[in-house]
Amino acid sequence: FARKTIDDATWDDLEDALITADFGPDLTESIVAELRASVRRFNTTDPADLRRMLRETLEERLSTLDPTLHLSNRPAVVLVVGVNGVGKTTTIGKFAKFLGNYGRSVIVGAADTFRAAAVEQLATWAERGGAAIQRPQQQGQDPASVAFQTVERAQREGIEIVLIDTAGRLQTKSGLMDELGKIKRVVEKQTEIAEVLLVLDATTGQNGLAQAQAFIEHAGVTGLVLTKLDGSAKGGFVLSVQEKTGIPIKLVGQGEGIGDLTGFTPHVFVTNLIG
Amino acid sequence: MATFGNLTDRLVDTFKNLRGKGKLSPADVDGTVREIRRALLDADVSLDVVKDFTSKVRERALGDEVSKALNPAQQVVQIVNDELVAILGGEARRIQFSKNPPTVIMLAGLQGAGKTTLAGKLAKWLAKENHTPLLVAADLQRPNAVTQLKVVGEQAGVPVFAPEPGNVGAEDAAPSRGFFGGTVGNPVKVAKDAMKFARDKQYDVVIVDTAGRLGVDQELMKQAADIRKAIDPDEVFFVIDAMIGQDAVATAKAFQEGVDFTAVVLTKLDGDARGGAALSVASVTGRPIIFASTGEGLDDFEPFYPDRMASRILDL
Ligand SMILES: Nc1nc2c(ncn2[C@@H]2O[C@H](COP(=O)(O)OP(=O)(O)OP(=O)(O)O)[C@@H](O)[C@H]2O)c(=O)[nH]1
Ligand SMILES: Nc1nc2c(ncn2[C@@H]2O[C@H](COP(=O)(O)OP(=O)(O)OP(=O)(O)O)[C@@H](O)[C@H]2O)c(=O)[nH]1
Ligand SMILES: [K+]
Ligand SMILES: [Mg+2]
Ligand SMILES: [Mg+2]
Repeated sequence: FARKTIDDATWDDLEDALITADFGPDLTESIVAELRASVRRFNTTDPADLRRMLRETLEERLSTLDPTLHLSNRPAVVLVVGVNGVGKTTTIGKFAKFLGNYGRSVIVGAADTFRAAAVEQLATWAERGGAAIQRPQQQGQDPASVAFQTVERAQREGIEIVLIDTAGRLQTKSGLMDELGKIKRVVEKQTEIAEVLLVLDATTGQNGLAQAQAFIEHAGVTGLVLTKLDGSAKGGFVLSVQEKTGIPIKLVGQGEGIGDLTGFTPHVFVTNLIG
Repeated sequence: MATFGNLTDRLVDTFKNLRGKGKLSPADVDGTVREIRRALLDADVSLDVVKDFTSKVRERALGDEVSKALNPAQQVVQIVNDELVAILGGEARRIQFSKNPPTVIMLAGLQGAGKTTLAGKLAKWLAKENHTPLLVAADLQRPNAVTQLKVVGEQAGVPVFAPEPGNVGAEDAAPSRGFFGGTVGNPVKVAKDAMKFARDKQYDVVIVDTAGRLGVDQELMKQAADIRKAIDPDEVFFVIDAMIGQDAVATAKAFQEGVDFTAVVLTKLDGDARGGAALSVASVTGRPIIFASTGEGLDDFEPFYPDRMASRILDL
């Protein structure tokens, strides 16, 4: 946008910037078309105007959904799901701390009974986050039964928030997706589930949408968590995820430290995207 | 992403109106090139690579081989495919074993890419091939990474050199956490000590697992470079998630400049990501892709086949 007037090169730069931020070719085309129309309508040739319009349209599009977490049930049960390695367990540790800062009592459930040392990893995070932990009682225990025991303990001990960690699974693995459905059904018999949070990694490209669609279908996702925004990836794919699924981003992870979790603010996100 | 038929179908469409016109004009191939561009961007190939690539394909599409072809659409797909395979590397590359054992393999990459799992896979496979591998726990950063590698080592039936417990306490003591950090032990020292241990005990392959790090994290990138310097590895594998988007290039460049690597391992190819990163990384760094990781189990990996990857990226 270093040019004096809006010309073909400006539009090319704009398109490149959006593609490079992982908005994907379809959404990029639609955003560019929308901005071309605005530029015509306001009859401007100033790149600064275009930049402002871009910022406005992105913020507007990202603000259409309500990012509020609904945690008023007691206990409020939160299921954390997503593909392998995106940051589920780490997010739970940070989230426990975040809730603890608001005076909430938290228990985490180690329903990833599959991944090597997943329970120990979660236990370390629980300790840092000041949360109790429900561990599997035997090796390879059914994750649904760990989830059940976690909720049961929260109900018994009056713990306010339950965060359940699940094993990473690719959305194409039907057996593992069914297992997630089972965890959900078992918990739903005990209490209404407050939130199902799908964790998405900001480095992801166009596969993010397929992930969201499959997890929505199998686990009834209610909110998105976008992690690893501290890197150079911009995470532009979440806009198409939001628009195509209607599920809002509710939390943002930007680091490996316990404090590196915030709510989602379109303004901040867009600033990170386009400077 | 919804694909409307595969690339061949789409290209057939763009060629429909061109039959019998003889040589194709630049305007004729525009539509074709646009479809190819879109297919590659949908597959997460990085934009710069797409631009280079489509201009090359465009040139060839304007030549005789296409206009004289019975089926120009198929001919173009063939060209695209050939060019892709060429960038991805002709033949599968093998591990370079040292003439002077132990052979040292270092793993590096972003957080959660699949390094520790790959360490287990390599170890198990090498043990089966009558090598005597040793796993080294040099990720002292991720909570319980050392425990994870120990479990993986046990599953693989391969010993793990793990003198430091790593980042496991109630306080996060990772080296990158400022003034109070650094108390979890020094991964450079662990790696160096592992070399002595391996020589003494005559292990013939040493596989060093390192912490995940971001391309933009200069401090941790330097640490990785220091580990490399300390152990002088025969191979450094850059491990990258096949689901990665446009950031693949920036990240690959940062690792190439920061630590440098000898080959690439593409992980999570058991999913449905098209894996355009393979093309981006190979073409930007010039480093070959050596393995494909295809699952969470320790047997789930295979040599990398450029032709299969090309078809996958093109959704053929
Ligand atoms: N830089 C950065 N790293 C993160 C962030 N969140 C998680 N990580 C790192 O990403 C890696 C994977 O995190 P985990 O929490 O284990 O991910 P997971 O989704 O639970 O993984 P699986 O259970 O194996 O599927 C770890 O190295 C984390 O430290 C983040 O916001 N920023
Ligand atoms: N589906 C699938 N999952 C994989 C593959 N490789 C690794 N994983 C999973 O991805 C997640 C992260 O793997 P790790 O081996 O812990 O990754 P890492 O690079 O060591 O992670 P950090 O040490 O946190 O940077 C785990 O859930 C693994 O089981 C693969 O090829 N396919
Ligand atoms: K990842
Ligand atoms: Mg986990
Ligand atoms: Mg690891």
